Amino acid sequence: MNIHEYQAKQIFRDLGVTVPEGRPVFSVDEAVEAAEELGGSLWVVKAQIHAGGRGKAGGVKIAQSLDEVRQHADDILGTTLVTHQTGPDGQLVRRLYIEEGVDIERELYVGLVIDRATDGVVLMASTEGGVEIETVAEEAPEKILKVAIDPLTGLTDFQGRQIAFGLGLHGKAVFQAVGFMKALYSAFTQTDASTVEINPLVETTDGELIALDAKMNFDDNALYRHPDIEELRDESEEDPAEMRAKEHGLSYVNLDGNIGCMVNGAGLAMGTMDIIKHYGGEPANFLDVGGGAEADTVAEAFKIITDDERVQVIFINIFGGIMKCDVIADGVIAAVDEVGLDVPLVVRLAGTNVDAGKRILEESSFGIVSADSMADGARKAIDLLEG
Amino acid sequence: MNPDEARDGSARGVPGRIIEIHKTTNEDIDMSVLVDESTRLIVQGITGSTGSFHTQQMLEYGTNIVGGVTPGKGGQSVEGVPVFNTVREAVTETGCNATVIYVPPPFAADAMMEAAEAGIELIVTITEGVPVQDMVAVNRYLQGKDVSLIGPNCPGVITPGQCKIGIMPGHIHKAGSVGVVSRSGTLTYEAVDQLTRRGIGQSTCIGIGGDPINGFDFIDCLRLFEEDPDTEAVVAIGEIGGSAEEEAAQWVAENMTKPVAGFIAGRTAPPGKRMGHAGAIISGGEGTAEGKIKAMQEAGIAVALSPADIGKTLEEVMNS
Repeated sequence: MNIHEYQAKQIFRDLGVTVPEGRPVFSVDEAVEAAEELGGSLWVVKAQIHAGGRGKAGGVKIAQSLDEVRQHADDILGTTLVTHQTGPDGQLVRRLYIEEGVDIERELYVGLVIDRATDGVVLMASTEGGVEIETVAEEAPEKILKVAIDPLTGLTDFQGRQIAFGLGLHGKAVFQAVGFMKALYSAFTQTDASTVEINPLVETTDGELIALDAKMNFDDNALYRHPDIEELRDESEEDPAEMRAKEHGLSYVNLDGNIGCMVNGAGLAMGTMDIIKHYGGEPANFLDVGGGAEADTVAEAFKIITDDERVQVIFINIFGGIMKCDVIADGVIAAVDEVGLDVPLVVRLAGTNVDAGKRILEESSFGIVSADSMADGARKAIDLLEG
Repeated sequence: MNPDEARDGSARGVPGRIIEIHKTTNEDIDMSVLVDESTRLIVQGITGSTGSFHTQQMLEYGTNIVGGVTPGKGGQSVEGVPVFNTVREAVTETGCNATVIYVPPPFAADAMMEAAEAGIELIVTITEGVPVQDMVAVNRYLQGKDVSLIGPNCPGVITPGQCKIGIMPGHIHKAGSVGVVSRSGTLTYEAVDQLTRRGIGQSTCIGIGGDPINGFDFIDCLRLFEEDPDTEAVVAIGEIGGSAEEEAAQWVAENMTKPVAGFIAGRTAPPGKRMGHAGAIISGGEGTAEGKIKAMQEAGIAVALSPADIGKTLEEVMNS
């Protein structure tokens, strides 16, 4: 789960990570009021969307007067930002963050991630702040400093100092940096984050470290123990079909094609997308109904696919293990009965009770096309599209 | 710590340890890897609906289930299997050497640590949805202990005809000499089904699970298959996310003498989106199917480009 920058900064603030003062706002007038309240003579007007690359897309602007705050807020609010993370359709800006300006000496990078290789949390830092860390990793990997954190001790002081000296900090700033990074690690573990990224982390002209940006992602599996974080969810930033699927325990990802897919199991669902593409088709979605889905889950999944107007043919690919093919077939028939069927439907069943399942589909009056294998199903779906 | 100390627990000062039942060594097992007829299994979470259902399914397959554990339900029985309050008690009373965990996600990490502490050698965690940081703690806890963890979020381990631990449909498997290791569940069934239909049996099939932090990885399994005299070839099924397949490919190039066929799911997956499995996500340019396929091909692994061709690809490498 993602949250907005201003929400991440509030979590940071609460846990002792230094961030600039700021206010989230929803209108131009609120933006000017917020700037007045913050005082000073320099503000930053920042679009709040769940995607990186806002600055380049024109979603972050510096204002040196209240008039400029008004101007920038008016320009950014309600526009659609297209960044490398939003996809081609972009993301509508519905809220802004008005923040006090900071005198920047240097821009740095610090991030915490779950590292599969070391089975733990790794802190990464770099002197190359303000640019994408992926670019740094590719072009100058030696400029990324990493420490693996033992969950027993947390980030130790010496690891913090290694990073601080590595970033070229001096004197008191080294020790402030250690405190900063330890607070950041606490924020990571206490919230069950999966990524925390500060880019840029700035060293001010006073030698202080401040998190100028803040990005946090959370482990969906751990949200049950963080109702406060679940409350930060901004549903307007999420795909409605994906949200609806999640409510029913389904895993759904919207894609660009026209062949709707329904599969049990994540690996087989990806494999089904792949085989459609392999034969020249384009999947409209990834949809995993799970290993133990029941008839009503199947019906709900079917409705999500049929509600997608781009879908011109549906391919259901089920390998029944514990999930029996006849139960799946019943679920499909029940769903078709309820919502109707305007596009061709290809069903491939395999595994437990496959013959009973096939018979149920054949005996129905919906003209369901039966496939003998994954490859056969994918080819039939593509043929029906063209024919 | 030498392995014997680790087994009898003396180095950790664990009192009341039953030493005799932990004497199984690799030399005792002459067929398959990880599990066989001698496996004495307990089921953690046996009284839950998933646990009891799969207990019945595993018993039907012929798995030797000697007990179950649900805290507070000790003394009951499920499908004729005695239930204990603690894993320690189950070990003492039954001499079990493997456990399968079906407990809900909030309690799964504790269940794994309890099993490891009680001296169980093989822990198979089926539970899907275990928080990642819980798994960080579990892996830290397991360090230095003589225990193998499979999962979480996996279908389990099966040695066809001998022992099924997990949720996979037993009837699609056939005893034979091909080892299967996979991050997926149903896609593994698909691959196994393709093998069986071609008359190719399996030595052991291991689902390592779809989570980013887990127990056994590809290399752990490939090493077992390489050392197992009854495994002649291996199918490795990976997916997008992380770099475990790339590392496995390098290991294969350097160490593996047996032929390997592979498949990577998610060639059409968009970056930045989690594809069902918590670990199946391309992020920061890492974890793409193309990168994995290339690494595997460079290591001499025959990669099927369509999931319908996994069985065929394996047959080709075995015959060449």
